[in-house]
Amino acid sequence: MLDLSKYQSIGAALKDALDQFAAETCLIESDREREKERLTYRDFQERAHPLAKALQDKGFQAGDRAAIIMTNQSKWLISAYVVFFCGGVLVPLDYKLTPDEQWQLLKHSSSSVLITEYPIWRQLATSGGRSSATSLTTILVTEAPPNADLAGARRWEEFRGSGAPIFVPRARKDTATIVYSSGTGGRPKGCVMTHENYLEQCVALTSLYPFTPGMRYLSILPTNHAIDFMVGFFGPFICGAAVVHLRTLRPEYVRDAFAKYKITYVSLVPLVLKNLQKGLQARFDALSPGKRKVFNALVAINKALTKNRPHLALSRRLLKQVHDAFGGELRAIIVGGAFSEPQTLQFFYDLGIPVANGYGLTETVVAVTVNDLKPFRADTVGKPLPGMEVRIVNADQEGIGEVSVRSKTVMSGYLNDPELTAEAIVNGWFMTGDLGRFDPSGHLQLFGRKKNMIVTEEGKNIYPEDIESVFESLPVKEFCVFAANYVWPQRSMVGEQLVLVFHLEPGQTFSGELRADISARNSRLLNYKRIHGIVVFEEDFPRTASLKIKRNVLAERLAQLDRAAAVLPL
Amino acid sequence: MRTVEQTTQEILDLASKYFKVPAGSLAPDDDFFKKLGIDSLQTLELLSLIENHFGIELPDYEVQGVSDFRTLASRIQSRL
Repeated sequence: MLDLSKYQSIGAALKDALDQFAAETCLIESDREREKERLTYRDFQERAHPLAKALQDKGFQAGDRAAIIMTNQSKWLISAYVVFFCGGVLVPLDYKLTPDEQWQLLKHSSSSVLITEYPIWRQLATSGGRSSATSLTTILVTEAPPNADLAGARRWEEFRGSGAPIFVPRARKDTATIVYSSGTGGRPKGCVMTHENYLEQCVALTSLYPFTPGMRYLSILPTNHAIDFMVGFFGPFICGAAVVHLRTLRPEYVRDAFAKYKITYVSLVPLVLKNLQKGLQARFDALSPGKRKVFNALVAINKALTKNRPHLALSRRLLKQVHDAFGGELRAIIVGGAFSEPQTLQFFYDLGIPVANGYGLTETVVAVTVNDLKPFRADTVGKPLPGMEVRIVNADQEGIGEVSVRSKTVMSGYLNDPELTAEAIVNGWFMTGDLGRFDPSGHLQLFGRKKNMIVTEEGKNIYPEDIESVFESLPVKEFCVFAANYVWPQRSMVGEQLVLVFHLEPGQTFSGELRADISARNSRLLNYKRIHGIVVFEEDFPRTASLKIKRNVLAERLAQLDRAAAVLPL
Repeated sequence: MRTVEQTTQEILDLASKYFKVPAGSLAPDDDFFKKLGIDSLQTLELLSLIENHFGIELPDYEVQGVSDFRTLASRIQSRL
């Protein structure tokens, strides 16, 4: 592994990694049962440099912003490296957003370069939002069919300059990326992250979960997500390890990839982990009574032997078939993006597969706390990583208060939003909006949120304000969307849901027609953004002098209602 | 060559059989997330079923943002 304390920027560290590990495999790309590509670090550099030269020839320079909207693949990482090599600022955007949302963020980030895939570009190019992103001067599209209409874009594969590009150094405090944590609806939250944020986070994470040449990371979470960017790109690359990309994420191909590529680490969101648990449990349940008895005994032995810390070699021997199904080399499943249920984590740990759960936010790069597995504690999100100061603010009599963080991994602020930044970072401490407390052994436990938002099991942050536009002109007097747990605190981070609260016009009744209208509008939202309940509120909403809804006051009034009776399922 | 209506009907039949909902209870404009009570992972299972049934390869991006059977059928139809 490179000594990151010597480096000033992501680009400088990656540049040295490409030289130091030149002969090692860095990328494998598979499409169904076909392996499409296998690159060494030298190959990677040879692909990247002509692209960097072409960008520099077009005038791309230090501090310029380049957005990537792509599914997980080798060209994502090559493009990102090129942006850093040229001293640019990377804007990784979620390919699952709608084209209008993507244009909105392209505009907000003032990106001058967009690198995307043809199928995504096909939708972007015909979207009405295109005219708004006026700062965009270069659009590069990968994998376009030979006669495709590129609508003003250029082919990534043909965008090559001749001669050597010039490496552009950056300082630790310079901006490396702008990562959007949410906010496509009204107020985009673009987290401005520095090179130092990533360098420090990488040191902290690899101290617990190291990579070495020959190890393979299976990249399933979108690379625009902070976790995959760190553990599916920067982390393995500065250690000379390899990243495996799958062009389709159908369960059968993901399953096969573990064994085929002898995967060492994988990151999953809780939804996928739970699905994996269900699949395994179904297979265990299908065992004959005799085999089941033997299997249960082996699990019990494994549990006893791994009580204080994992013993991978031992677990692999005891529960060989289970471990073989995961390729036999899996060291840990990294789970993040949202809160995981303790019983799911324990299920895997009992099989001898450690699950590295933790806690972090986009604003803190990836992780603030991580389970160090000494011993494994499924009921917590682990201890603070080296270099992270974590404290509980305004704790109640049970010690539960807002989690705040101070470290070199905290963002420098929200792009173009000093007001929001000042609310989030107070005297150098980042206020997470999450509620937690430390147990006597120093593990952090989470107990819900102070802020009006939810995180889905797929790891998506949803703010009510972002989805309210779909209910505009709903034939009611007024409406508002809330995170149900914000109104009625549950001391839980799972099963979070959004509810639509509305107040009818005088004399209006809640008709089947209105319910159908709400349902139809809800269907227009991406499935993970949908509301799950409705509340008919009998009073006028409290409003400010400028007639804005006082959400906090409204939430307090709603809290007086009994949740079970007030929230009607949609 | 199938018509888009035939393709849609075959998808409805596949979905009702696999996700065990009564035959005939699904309609082309139904939101499959809601009607089948499935999540994004289970839609990937549905896509695998569809690929095997129609003998095609359907890239994941083709169904990005799609939530009703009719639109899904039109994406498949263009690849038959």
